[in-house]
Amino acid sequence: MSENLKDEILEKYIPKTKKTRSGHIVIKTEETPNPEIVANTRTVPGIITARGCAYAGCKGVVMGPVKDMVHITHGPIGCSFYTWGGRRFKSKPENGTGLNFNEYVFSTDMQESDIVFGGVNKLKDAIHEAYEMFHPAAIGVYATCPVGLIGDDILAVAATASKEIGIPVHAFSCEGYKGVSQSAGHHIANNTVMTDIIGKGNKEQKKYSINVLGEYNIGGDAWEMDRVLEKIGYHVNATLTGDATYEKLQNADKADLNLVQCHRSINYIAEMMETKYGIPWIKCNFIGVDGIVETLRDMAKCFDDPELTKRTEEVIAEEIAAIQDDLDYFKEKLQGKTACLYVGGSRSHTYMNMLKSFGVDSLVAGFEFAHRDDYEGREVIPTIKIDADSKNIPEITVTPDEQKYRVVIPEDKVEELKKAGVPLSSYGGMMKEMHDGTILIDDMNHHDMEVVLEKLKPDMFFAGIKEKFVIQKGGVLSKQLHSYDYNGPYAGFRGVVNFGHELVNGIYTPAWKMITPPWKKASSESKVVVGGEA
Amino acid sequence: MLDATPKEIVERKALRINPAKTCQPVGAMYAALGIHNCLPHSHGSQGCCSYHRTVLSRHFKEPAMASTSSFTEGASVFGGGSNIKTAVKNIFSLYNPDIIAVHTTCLSETLGDDLPTYISQMEDAGSIPEGKLVIHTNTPSYVGSHVTGFANMVQGIVNYLSENTGAKNGKINVIPGFVGPADMREIKRLFEAMDIPYIMFPDTSGVLDGPTTGEYKMYPEGGTKIEDLKDTGNSDLTLSLGSYASDLGAKTLEKKCKVPFKTLRTPIGVSATDEFIMALSEATGKEVPASIEEERGQLIDLMIDAQQYLQGKKVALLGDPDEIIALSKFIIELGAIPKYVVTGTPGMKFQKEIDAMLAEAGIEGSKVKVEGDFFDVHQWIKNEGVDLLISNTYGKFIAREENIPFVRFGFPIMDRYGHYYNPKVGYKGAIRLVEEITNVILDKIERECTEEDFEVVR
Repeated sequence: MSENLKDEILEKYIPKTKKTRSGHIVIKTEETPNPEIVANTRTVPGIITARGCAYAGCKGVVMGPVKDMVHITHGPIGCSFYTWGGRRFKSKPENGTGLNFNEYVFSTDMQESDIVFGGVNKLKDAIHEAYEMFHPAAIGVYATCPVGLIGDDILAVAATASKEIGIPVHAFSCEGYKGVSQSAGHHIANNTVMTDIIGKGNKEQKKYSINVLGEYNIGGDAWEMDRVLEKIGYHVNATLTGDATYEKLQNADKADLNLVQCHRSINYIAEMMETKYGIPWIKCNFIGVDGIVETLRDMAKCFDDPELTKRTEEVIAEEIAAIQDDLDYFKEKLQGKTACLYVGGSRSHTYMNMLKSFGVDSLVAGFEFAHRDDYEGREVIPTIKIDADSKNIPEITVTPDEQKYRVVIPEDKVEELKKAGVPLSSYGGMMKEMHDGTILIDDMNHHDMEVVLEKLKPDMFFAGIKEKFVIQKGGVLSKQLHSYDYNGPYAGFRGVVNFGHELVNGIYTPAWKMITPPWKKASSESKVVVGGEA
Repeated sequence: MLDATPKEIVERKALRINPAKTCQPVGAMYAALGIHNCLPHSHGSQGCCSYHRTVLSRHFKEPAMASTSSFTEGASVFGGGSNIKTAVKNIFSLYNPDIIAVHTTCLSETLGDDLPTYISQMEDAGSIPEGKLVIHTNTPSYVGSHVTGFANMVQGIVNYLSENTGAKNGKINVIPGFVGPADMREIKRLFEAMDIPYIMFPDTSGVLDGPTTGEYKMYPEGGTKIEDLKDTGNSDLTLSLGSYASDLGAKTLEKKCKVPFKTLRTPIGVSATDEFIMALSEATGKEVPASIEEERGQLIDLMIDAQQYLQGKKVALLGDPDEIIALSKFIIELGAIPKYVVTGTPGMKFQKEIDAMLAEAGIEGSKVKVEGDFFDVHQWIKNEGVDLLISNTYGKFIAREENIPFVRFGFPIMDRYGHYYNPKVGYKGAIRLVEEITNVILDKIERECTEEDFEVVR
């Protein structure tokens, strides 16, 4: 079945594209439980990809949520317009009165003369105007495609402006053509956050301090995670970068453990903080009860504090008891349904686990901009060949900080924890958790998706806005896992409840049964709507 | 909400904050979706295409299909020729459209990619299948706005497709401007009610307001057919609705195929719709049917019935120039005052037209701005408030912060459902507008009044 599906997908491609795409589609079998997939390579032009650009990954994903910075997009107007509010990283003014520019976008709105004569002066003026008007904690400058071509030296402008106005100004060379997807932009943002922001703060470290990395507070996820963590007794020192302040980023080195939620977008920082400050990291998963429980227990093992361990179990018991009726209901309603998932670089994996707990079987899963390690696990990183498209994203190397490096967990204890299954400095990837016969499709395009829908007829398909209405036109429920369909949170215990109810509501909404008008019913028995039911 | 916006106004010369426009390519993509069996193609980095498809889908709650040349750094150095050639081969083999409508981006424009040469090279190489078409337009994002992009794609359609075969078709072309599919349906309905043969292009009705049938169709039923696009060169007249979005195509068609054109305002409100209906009648000698006269009468009836809630109200309007010019006039027709009138799109005609209608109505003290933004309007409102705000979705932040009744109008509207089924043009569209405007004003009165003033009848 799976092999056939792969062939059916590839059948329509012209030979050259077929060859390229073939490596992006792999089948997990008993014989090849962890097949090698081609990922993070350039998209074939014309195939209707869902991917975005480096600017989207840098400004839109990683830096945009830092709420007290003014983020100036240096370029024509579109790029800033398209990152205005739609991603749903929620924020509140810090302590009720802090700065929050989340409802604004800022741009140099480059015109033809700026392209011809250079946009440097306009950028300088824009930085000064932003500073005078808003006095933000810091300013970010984000390059769009033409900026790299015309050679505007945004790094020099930022450095000079920073001296003049006395606040940090960070420039990101995240032109849209860099790399092959948003992923390049994540990396570019990670580099600057690491070298120029983290470690510059002067706050005191608090007890049981942790950071949550790769958590952007979509739909309020980070707040629900904070609630659970704080209930146990942890101090969430910084979230990168959901609802973050610049100062929190600066003080991110004052933690005893980093949790990595979205591995793809932030693993660089996790790794570098370990090297530079000695802060260990674990892959966490706050999506779905099983993931949350495992994460909380892993954390307790890392801290190895009897009080914390006890409190962890109490909170787990309390939280599950509070939602048990809902969990039973979801299982009753969703057991036996099938799903496909195509999301960015992390959520296909994390949501698969939650779906499994509802009895929903995932048939196909794919990532938009993941690397091989997100599919196959970090152990394959040494074997990943870096191609020309990724080579031009700077790889930075950090060394232990002479003053700040410390051993948080001794080496022998680290080994012991790893043996006990605590994912210290490790991420096993999505593939291992899928069952035999399932299919993984990297950079899934519109054609691939159409074949999958037609052949597998899943009950639900998790994707983004560009796919949602295509899927639903065909009578199959689609939920957006980028924007959570404007709801949420989906993380944490309460998130499970939100997600489950939305899924049940979506599947059972009466309209699915009304698609075929009565006067057509007799003649269209073969055209059965496969998605929802009433 | 928008807490950082200061009341004190300082002139900005470089910083755009909360824009009232977006970039050309999305307008070109939207226009290309109004061609039947067409796949719009974005020649640049793939992020552009994703952003444009996203905003279109968020507005219409519909698939917005388009492909991209997926530039990498190599293409940005050496040009995107091989990217577009690969793309076209893949598109025809995988997606089989009848026509690919290519628009450029700021990247390919800055590079100076020569699309006509690429297209002719593809024709020579046989990579465009028999009977299939590839057309293009240039849409540098650093010029104009999404409205300009729409206009440029319409021009591209004319450049590549319109033909004067010498055999008149007896039809009137109509370029509807950057309006929604429901507006396009309404304009067509008025043509049909007048019994006038027409070619509307582009036409996104049936594409971006399609039904759910249980079967996904990549190319829905709607869109102007290629044979009709070719035939536009044989029509008697082109009606250009809204000069910013439609004049370029109309002028190009006149030059290329000798089809005369007449520019009209987007038919929003009483006088602009009157002008449209009169133009149809004058061009064809046909009488206006009783059904249209009845609709007009219903609109006037409604305006008189609801006038007490509208007369003298101060209104802030932001949006695309063609629509805001017409809407501002309608606001005056309703007895209200266009207090702040802003478009993000460049072009001084907007200023002239609004100034002229304000002068004619004897309205003083209004602010009109071309290339303005939401930040401008919010600062003005902080200094002198208004009774109503009309704009795309992004106005809701100002409306909430300043407690102003708010009507969503224009593009994009991403936070409400169903608006894409209801026209804003024609007398029917105006009826809908009066209903929406009156409702939000009444909602505020009833939300805030004392219990004894909370009345059954209004």
